Amino acid sequence: LLLLRRDYRFQRVWFWGCVQGVRGAYYIAEGLGADRAAPRSRLYSLNCVEWSLLPPATEEMVARAEQLKGRFQGDPSFEYECTEINAEDAERLLEDGKELTIKEESRLVATIEQIDRAVGIIPRGAFVKTPLGSVHENRNFEGLSLTEAKKLSSYFHFTEPVNLKNKTLLEKADLDPSTDFLDSLEHDIPAGSWTVQVEKGGTVVVLRSLLWLGLTFYHVPLTKQYGYVYFGTGEKNLDLPFML
Amino acid sequence: ERGHGPYQPQEPGYGLYQPGYSPYDDQIPDPKSRTLAIENAKAFLLKSSTTSGLNLYDHLANMLTKILDERPTNAVDIIENISKDVKWAQFQKKMDTLRDEHEILPTFEAAEKLKALFLKANGEGDEELEEEIEETPLPNVMETAFYFEQAGIGLSKDESYHIFLALKKLISAQPIRTCRFWGKILGLEMNYIIAEVQYHEGEEEEETEEEEGTEEGGKGMGEVEDEDEKNEKEDEPPKSTYKPPPVIPKEQNGTGANKYVYFVCNEPGKPWVKLPPVTPAQIVCARKIKKFFTGRLDAPVVSFPPFPGNEANYLRAQIARISAGTHISPIGFYQFAEEEGDEEEEGGGRRDTYEENPDFQPPSVAEMVESLSTWVHHGQSILKQGRCVWFNPFQKSEEEEEEEDGEEEKGEEPDELQQEVGPPLLTPLSEDEGIQNIPAWTAQSSTNLIPQYAVAVLQSNRWPGAYAFAAGKKFDNIYFGWGHKYSPGNHAPALPPPVQAEYPSGPEITETRDPTLEEELAFKAAREEALAAAEEEEDEEDDAEDDEEEEDD
Repeated sequence: LLLLRRDYRFQRVWFWGCVQGVRGAYYIAEGLGADRAAPRSRLYSLNCVEWSLLPPATEEMVARAEQLKGRFQGDPSFEYECTEINAEDAERLLEDGKELTIKEESRLVATIEQIDRAVGIIPRGAFVKTPLGSVHENRNFEGLSLTEAKKLSSYFHFTEPVNLKNKTLLEKADLDPSTDFLDSLEHDIPAGSWTVQVEKGGTVVVLRSLLWLGLTFYHVPLTKQYGYVYFGTGEKNLDLPFML
Repeated sequence: ERGHGPYQPQEPGYGLYQPGYSPYDDQIPDPKSRTLAIENAKAFLLKSSTTSGLNLYDHLANMLTKILDERPTNAVDIIENISKDVKWAQFQKKMDTLRDEHEILPTFEAAEKLKALFLKANGEGDEELEEEIEETPLPNVMETAFYFEQAGIGLSKDESYHIFLALKKLISAQPIRTCRFWGKILGLEMNYIIAEVQYHEGEEEEETEEEEGTEEGGKGMGEVEDEDEKNEKEDEPPKSTYKPPPVIPKEQNGTGANKYVYFVCNEPGKPWVKLPPVTPAQIVCARKIKKFFTGRLDAPVVSFPPFPGNEANYLRAQIARISAGTHISPIGFYQFAEEEGDEEEEGGGRRDTYEENPDFQPPSVAEMVESLSTWVHHGQSILKQGRCVWFNPFQKSEEEEEEEDGEEEKGEEPDELQQEVGPPLLTPLSEDEGIQNIPAWTAQSSTNLIPQYAVAVLQSNRWPGAYAFAAGKKFDNIYFGWGHKYSPGNHAPALPPPVQAEYPSGPEITETRDPTLEEELAFKAAREEALAAAEEEEDEEDDAEDDEEEEDD
């Protein structure tokens, strides 16, 4: 990963996780430049030695990949056939000249994007927004305390906030605009889609997402250590409402 | 502060000032107004705040001290935060006692429990030590963890070691013959650590006797009810003809799905709890529902169809399904014990027992990875009925047959159930059917770079989280996951059954449309025609009727 950082001139590179396919697994790394909220560049590898850059995710890619179900195959050039499109869409696509098949690479990109968007979380206070709009790491972030770390409201989604504007004015008054500019986890639908566990007698707090099974977020309270990683099959858990 | 600064040439006292020699050294010199201003400013800074009891002077001094000590980069950008931190630090000291009490509870308690694991049990003599070293049912958890780590699966070393010690404690507490770390199931509030054990023979008799007693009581009740039904009078509202499907008895402890006994605990250090044996009804129901485990064994499982039992039973049922589906071993490791007895009694030559093969020659790792036929299931698969050995609920025992000779059975005769046959024990994995186009297992070698020490690893695709490894003569299975089967489609819960018909509908109860006027007239006309025709035939029929009456007599 260090070599990756040098070659692509990232400021930070980290190991995002592993998506397990039937015949092999994809190891994913993400890299960032100076602005932490910018779209991230993602790279994948089959053996952790040679990394290839993934194309950035577009909305269309995400929409098409959502229709695909089933495991990843483990072969990046594998092509899926879209069997669930009704006749109208099929005609439209054919007219545009696009294929009805989706490559596994695009599906991979779309899945990573969805996971990051849906369940990529950070502790509250870890990032600050400057008045200019760019987002930086907060060097004064000393970590959450143990009581704070057990509450879901101390964690934010690291994506464009959706619910923030809907809060009542009373709630907004309590927020600190430099640190509270993201959606917190409290209002995730369905309620209870995160499990919070304290391990090793309180030295580590682990959050696991139940919507994307395999996403694990850890934080050591009162230190700056936190992070999340995904190890799983890359499928959304659509049975979640039945399982709670 | 400038204080005794250099005097300008035109000011009085310029030539006179020599450090240490001036007659005015001990007096505040001329810029009296400036020093007065400085004093005023300092006094202002020293003024205590009315709300917090701090004063700005001390606060600024603390802040600057902190900055100079720590020398952060770009201090000017974070000066407000530093200020806030300093103020916060003041408060921390005051609330120290409260904070300490709060933090003692979770962290230290856990540490106490773990410490208990590390202490040896009291009263260990030398003899016991020797016994332990020779044959201990304790599995070598660390060794297994090492092999799994080669494949990238497993818990941290700390946790593995704690589990190791916890298993040791379990063994010393219960009479156990074999023990194995089965795996870890994640839950919402807490996780489960599961150990699979087998008791020494003869240790479980007490429990089975109690259960047989309750079963006999149940049968007795059933017979009494039958008699009541036969005596029913016709005035009473019709008794429901609903016969609940016969309860399929669970398998004996030590056989089939209940071959192993499972102990769970939430964390190493907490006491081990024994899970109750599993009944077929629970397995059948567990197949239809998909629920997360909360981590508390007494939690109810709210689902449809309603699950008979609480979370402990659901957990046991899932463990049974996972064990049956994913416990595999290299081919040849286990072989069938030679049997002298009849195979007919067992319904077609099923073999239930296996033993280790002393002449086992392990195939190479490359072979184990390439083809799935080098692995076999040693966990018996569970039939649709929920048992491993098929049970015919309508097969009457000898006693019942004698009683019921000559009596008619009430209600409809139940259909004969087809005998269910599952794949026999020790079938190779290549027979496992995949899901859609995905094979049931994914095989990988742990490393491509060092083939001499590589480990063959299998991941199950049907039960995500089940892994097995083999390296030479060693192999093991383990499970880390949420405890659910993989289903490519969405889980659709069973719909409630249609509302039962209250009464059988027949022509006498159903309403029909009243005939319209035209229909009535038409009917009348037709009847008159028929009468007219009948009169003609009466003469002919009279003879026929006489004949019939004679025959009846």
